[in-house]
Amino acid sequence: MNGFLANAIIYILAAIVCVPIAKKLGMGSVLGYLIAGILIGPYLLGFITNEGQGQDIMHATEFGVVMMLFLIGLELEPKNLWKMRQLILQIGLSQVLVTAALIFVIGVLLDVSWQISLAIGLSMALSSTAIVLQSLKEKNQMNSPNGRLSFGVLLMQDIAVIPILALLPLLITGDATPTDEATGIHGLIDSLPGWAQTLSIVGAIGIVVVLGQFGFGPLLNWVAKSRLRELFTASALLIVVGISFLMELVGLSPALGSFLAGVILANSPYRHALESDLEPFKGLLLGLFFMAVGSTINFNLIFTNAPVIISLTLGIIILKTVILLIIGKTKKLRLTNNLSFAIGLSQVGEFSFVTYAFALQLGIFAQSTSDTLMAVTALSMTITPILIVLLDKVINPAISKTQKVLEKEMDSIDEHNKVILVGFGHFGSTLGRFLRANGVEATILDSDPDRVDYLRKMGFKVYFGDGTRGELLHSAGAGQASILISAIDNTEYSIKLVELCKEEFPHLEVMIRAKNRYDAFELMEMGVKNIYREHLDTSIRMGEDVLKKLGFRAHTVHRLAKQFRDYDENALKVLVNFKDNKDEYISKNRQQIEMQESLLSGELMRKFSVNDHTWDSDSIKEADNS
Amino acid sequence: MRKVLVLFAHPKFEHSKVNQALIQAISGLKNIEIRDLYELYPDFNISIQAEQEALFEAEVIIWHHPIYWYSCPPLMKQWIDLVLEFAWAYGPGGIYLKGKYVINTITSGGSQEAYQIEGRNNYKIEDFLRPFEQTARLCNMVYLPPFHVAGTHKITDTELSQKAKSYKELLLGFRDQTDIANYRTS
Repeated sequence: MNGFLANAIIYILAAIVCVPIAKKLGMGSVLGYLIAGILIGPYLLGFITNEGQGQDIMHATEFGVVMMLFLIGLELEPKNLWKMRQLILQIGLSQVLVTAALIFVIGVLLDVSWQISLAIGLSMALSSTAIVLQSLKEKNQMNSPNGRLSFGVLLMQDIAVIPILALLPLLITGDATPTDEATGIHGLIDSLPGWAQTLSIVGAIGIVVVLGQFGFGPLLNWVAKSRLRELFTASALLIVVGISFLMELVGLSPALGSFLAGVILANSPYRHALESDLEPFKGLLLGLFFMAVGSTINFNLIFTNAPVIISLTLGIIILKTVILLIIGKTKKLRLTNNLSFAIGLSQVGEFSFVTYAFALQLGIFAQSTSDTLMAVTALSMTITPILIVLLDKVINPAISKTQKVLEKEMDSIDEHNKVILVGFGHFGSTLGRFLRANGVEATILDSDPDRVDYLRKMGFKVYFGDGTRGELLHSAGAGQASILISAIDNTEYSIKLVELCKEEFPHLEVMIRAKNRYDAFELMEMGVKNIYREHLDTSIRMGEDVLKKLGFRAHTVHRLAKQFRDYDENALKVLVNFKDNKDEYISKNRQQIEMQESLLSGELMRKFSVNDHTWDSDSIKEADNS
Repeated sequence: MRKVLVLFAHPKFEHSKVNQALIQAISGLKNIEIRDLYELYPDFNISIQAEQEALFEAEVIIWHHPIYWYSCPPLMKQWIDLVLEFAWAYGPGGIYLKGKYVINTITSGGSQEAYQIEGRNNYKIEDFLRPFEQTARLCNMVYLPPFHVAGTHKITDTELSQKAKSYKELLLGFRDQTDIANYRTS
């Protein structure tokens, strides 16, 4: 099978078939992609002819990890990151150092040369950011105790990449000389002296911070005003790709750089729009990446060398799990959380593919060593998701049952708001202020970039974006929210929103502003229960004041107004059927007149104020007098 | 000259001939303030601050309301619940009503004879007003006998104008007489 299109079809088909099945079986998408990769790999169906092809795709799609970290950064405000500093340093550093040291010692004891042992130890200490974070996000556990701890460890590992890559060339044994390509991982600045390198690294980070703070906002605002969605997506990609390029130039991890940019943009009004635009790219790239990992598993090697590879894989997983369990224990994780944390991070990460290749180039590893390690890594990446499924479905429920967990409520504090408010014009802002005055914060979406800017300056947390896009609602937390309010004065838009919610977020209570009776009809026919005609309350309130000025008693007017509003709302429910029976050729105008007529005659019949007999004693008097 | 505060609560004042006559008789008099509660708070959202300020200035307080089902209309009860706050009207530091005089002005469909032990309602009107009396006492106020317009369903115009006149005289007395307690009971 050759050609780009044919390849694309194979990958996509495999994903479409395997991933939904895996999700149905409760295994999560990561495992689905991995299985899809194994399936189309050289040893099963053979669509991908050799591991080299798989590795190429793997390297190309590693960019998905970069995007994922950017997206995670977007959800983490700087002050929250700062709060995590201790966790990242203590937990992350101890995990990396202890694991690397133990593997190193075991290697030396097994009579492997110390250079190779150290290189293996450092590579294998790292876990797979892609697998762990993707699974955590899918299970909505990023904010749980084990999620935060996992994230801290992974972040430290990403930082550790830099010194590890710097260390490897120092391990070269006397007889091998490094080739020029061997140092290819570093960028342009290698020829510079040490102080200049340091300076350019600091400079690059500075550029990211400054751009994030002052550059990206105006850029996105400018693009948003053009109202071309694809341009906005392009700018989002530009930000991530640009930062990655800059980081590679100075030899830093692109993932780390884009994470930093994400954190800086976390407070930006474009946060949710960026998330929803990049999410599909990230998902696709990561999916491809996982498939590539699956397809690189060299089953020939595993079968011919089964005892060694399997014992190595299990050994690594057990070793990492035990170390992580001890760390989790010191952080007082509950047993179930601790197991999720430790087993979740127990695989060898994708980054080790890079170090193996690097070590191979440097002549530290022999080809056979590298192949074996690759197989171990890919195998561990496949096994841990299976272990996690087992843990979630069988082991943890069993533990929870025996422990009778009391502290269930406390651990996963959801940071999403219960209310999503779409549209922040005059109507929406009044509503939003009222909610806020009563301590209810809503996630606010508005599609006018200037207004978003202005309201942000006034201290409102408004996000830019079009609420009729599923991904945007998703990143605004529609999955966790309970109420969605449309305060937009465009009924077509509201109808789109209602349709979207019906399809994707059926749990949401939808509350819609309607322009008039006819829009209300349309919404009622769609099954919307909470419809708010924008003129109803104001006009009645004005009528109340008119009556008071004419000498009516205030409390009586208050009651009459309420009665009238109820009457009008009820009449609407009757008239909605009436509307359907009309022949189509009767113009809307004609219908309107007929409806007004029937409303008016209904009111005449009722004679609200004349028929208000509350507190009247006339009937009692009559009874007394008779 | 004392200040007299009339707290008037009638949910359908426009239909009450008797109360219209009573209120008209005491309107526009110096130092007699009428607070029409159903007009001020049609949605029952009582301003505690404004009510307490009015209470603070007055020396004589009138709870003026019709008797419905042996009690006051709901807004009057809401007023008592909200305005007579702990540590303001009673309890530690609740000294602001101390020594003020208070009476009920009530209108009832039932006649004087109905409000007797042997009458249709089995108790005297004073017995039905015990909660008000005790409320006043808890706030260290002096509770005086009520002003009662009974049998409003059958009242004649002359009887009514007589009653309205004596209501006005009563309030003027509260305003001007030196010894209130004796003046009312006599």
